Amino acid sequence: MSYLKDKGIEVAYKEISNLNTLNLGPTHPATHGIFQNVLTMNGEIIEDSVQTIGYIHRAFEKIAERRPYAQITVLTDRMNYCSSPINNFGWHMTVEKLIGCEVPKRAQYLRVIIMELARIADHIICDSVIAVDTGALTGFTYLFQWREKIYEIYEEICGARLTTNMGRVGGLERDFTKTAWTKLNAFLKGFPAVLEEFEQLVKRNRIFMDRTVNVGSISAQRALDYGFTGPNLRAAGVDYDVRVALPYSHYEDFSFSIPIGENGDTYDRFMVRLEEMKESLGIIRQAIDGLPEGPFHADVPDFYLPPKEDVYNKMEALIYHFKIVMGETDVPKGTVYHSVEGGNGELGFYLISDGGRSPYRLHFRRPCFIYYQAYPEMIKGSLLSDAILTMSSMNVIAGELDA
Amino acid sequence: MTAKVQETAQKLQSFLDSLSWLDKTEVNIEFDFPEAVVDKSKIHALLQEIKENPSMGFTFLTTLCGIHFPSRTGQEFCVMYQLHNLYTNERIRFYSFTQEGNPTFATITDLWPAANWMEREAFDFYGIHFEGHPNLTRILNVEDMDYHPLRKEYRLEDDTRTDKDDTYFGR
Amino acid sequence: MNTSVTIDPALKPEGYEGQGFFATRLENLVGMARKNSLWPLPFATSCCGIEFMATMGSNYDLARFGMERLSFSPRQADLLIVAGTVAKKLGPVLRQVYEQMAEPRWVIAMGACASSGGVFDTYSVLQGIDKIIPVDVYIPGCPPRPEQLIEGIIKIQELVQTEGIDRRSTPAYQEKIAKYNLQ
Repeated sequence: MSYLKDKGIEVAYKEISNLNTLNLGPTHPATHGIFQNVLTMNGEIIEDSVQTIGYIHRAFEKIAERRPYAQITVLTDRMNYCSSPINNFGWHMTVEKLIGCEVPKRAQYLRVIIMELARIADHIICDSVIAVDTGALTGFTYLFQWREKIYEIYEEICGARLTTNMGRVGGLERDFTKTAWTKLNAFLKGFPAVLEEFEQLVKRNRIFMDRTVNVGSISAQRALDYGFTGPNLRAAGVDYDVRVALPYSHYEDFSFSIPIGENGDTYDRFMVRLEEMKESLGIIRQAIDGLPEGPFHADVPDFYLPPKEDVYNKMEALIYHFKIVMGETDVPKGTVYHSVEGGNGELGFYLISDGGRSPYRLHFRRPCFIYYQAYPEMIKGSLLSDAILTMSSMNVIAGELDA
Repeated sequence: MTAKVQETAQKLQSFLDSLSWLDKTEVNIEFDFPEAVVDKSKIHALLQEIKENPSMGFTFLTTLCGIHFPSRTGQEFCVMYQLHNLYTNERIRFYSFTQEGNPTFATITDLWPAANWMEREAFDFYGIHFEGHPNLTRILNVEDMDYHPLRKEYRLEDDTRTDKDDTYFGR
Repeated sequence: MNTSVTIDPALKPEGYEGQGFFATRLENLVGMARKNSLWPLPFATSCCGIEFMATMGSNYDLARFGMERLSFSPRQADLLIVAGTVAKKLGPVLRQVYEQMAEPRWVIAMGACASSGGVFDTYSVLQGIDKIIPVDVYIPGCPPRPEQLIEGIIKIQELVQTEGIDRRSTPAYQEKIAKYNLQ
């Protein structure tokens, strides 16, 4: 209620004492995913909400206990499908930590390029969807063209568009092709202007600001209590970024800044993502400039599939190929946790290996799952239309939420 | 990296030693994580102390999950807590074990609201009860499910299904 | 003023044409109209939903197939596109959405998960939506490319054109819905 008063809106519902129940979801088109909220409404104002999730629970953690290491790659891709390469590489870095594999610098730099592209693709979806929910469909159709260009780069690197499976333990499946570099350069050349234009469309737009400023805010302290990470935490003013705090994949080589917000509201979350896209472009440029020569994967024959021509012509390669595909490689015992900065925050992989063909326990720290709990608190006292906007600005990805 | 982890481990060890009510607890280093096993009756008090004591300052709960070890008699169920000190970028991990039957732990939702769903997930997957939890119900699976699917004894596939012919898949 | 209308020969149904008239069966005409004005309801749950969004976007442009308007209400929709994993928890919801749709209605199962459960052969995932609702076109892929989805939609359009006006009273259709205990 106080939030409405700040905006100078007189609340006309004060006298109404009977509350209504409104069911939002699970297949509501505006929720951008499958989750249910049963709202208790006082007129147009949300008094309380009860969340139900699990509508696409796919039991990733159970599958991971029954499948060999090579087959878990495909699961990670389908977790946060908006930025699947980050999930993918995060898993491979976890296994590399477990087996003590040193990845060549070129592979790490190539990974950085792909991960930052994935971050841009993720933030494009989130930001353009925020714009759609405030009524600016133009931004969506315009920015999505450039997301397609990122997909074309992925396609050139690995052949797939969305769920890429492009990582391997020890590096990448293959090096970038010449066309991939051309497409990447074209993207780097064209995208900043498009992003600038999109920013100009909405950044100081009266309607957009009225709809987003002070909507769904959360304080830094509450955000930390609720386990927020990633852009949503940074929007609240905490500069925690796994890329800087606990660098992986040679992120310490690049200079970039962490954009932070002040109020933790929808506008700040939008702006943090927008600025992060620019920083990501900078990181990609630095990675291209500093890209060392060398192999694109480590020499770990136990985990890295040999080239196909060797499989047909060399005995050892055939044996290794068979061992990897059948999941008969020896994995050391141990417990390892590795986290990467995913599209939504700290994406962690907690892996217990008992030396068997599949992990004994694999737990995913899914940022969405943890911060979506704060949603009822964030929408309490706001309007129904603001609740939708808050949800899309939190970027809740159903695949990651339900695992 | 390793020097810093060792420093954290030493800091944690001396802190645990300084707590008079805690039994002798040894801190091990597993890769880049100092970790310790704590008795389940002490885990809530310890986490509270570690969160609130300014010399430790592990104020951020990174993750919490249940684990099932059917082969460890008397220690079948485990809850893993992972904490983060955002100022110094140190991370630590605690384990707490309990036996089969009615696995129960004290909830830490009063310390971190973030633990709410994580504990519900652990309940859903393993049937671990958290005493004092405000709403301990299934979160991901359907309400009327009659088993806890991530326990090791249950199959990955649904037992009731008849649609797929297993003869061609070697199962 | 030139008032003559030229019909694309590919769209023109079979019939007799003379000066100033064109005679055909009502069935053909309705089929043609239905085919080019389908209102799809995207039941997008996971990864496939993102590819559906890409298909909807400006590069692939679903509007070319008469699908300019997505119907988010099942009551006005003709075509249900189930894109993504359907867990058992979501099964009753999907069935209810299907039951709310008015005849004639068609269903596309987009992607491996919707068609068969895909890689998620687990306790929580419905092993294909055809366990609970009848499906007309299956699109393979994990997720299918937008081109594949477009191909699936073209297949549905062929079906819509050739199925006749009163699809519901055909014995084959009656048998099908009886199998699923639908009204």
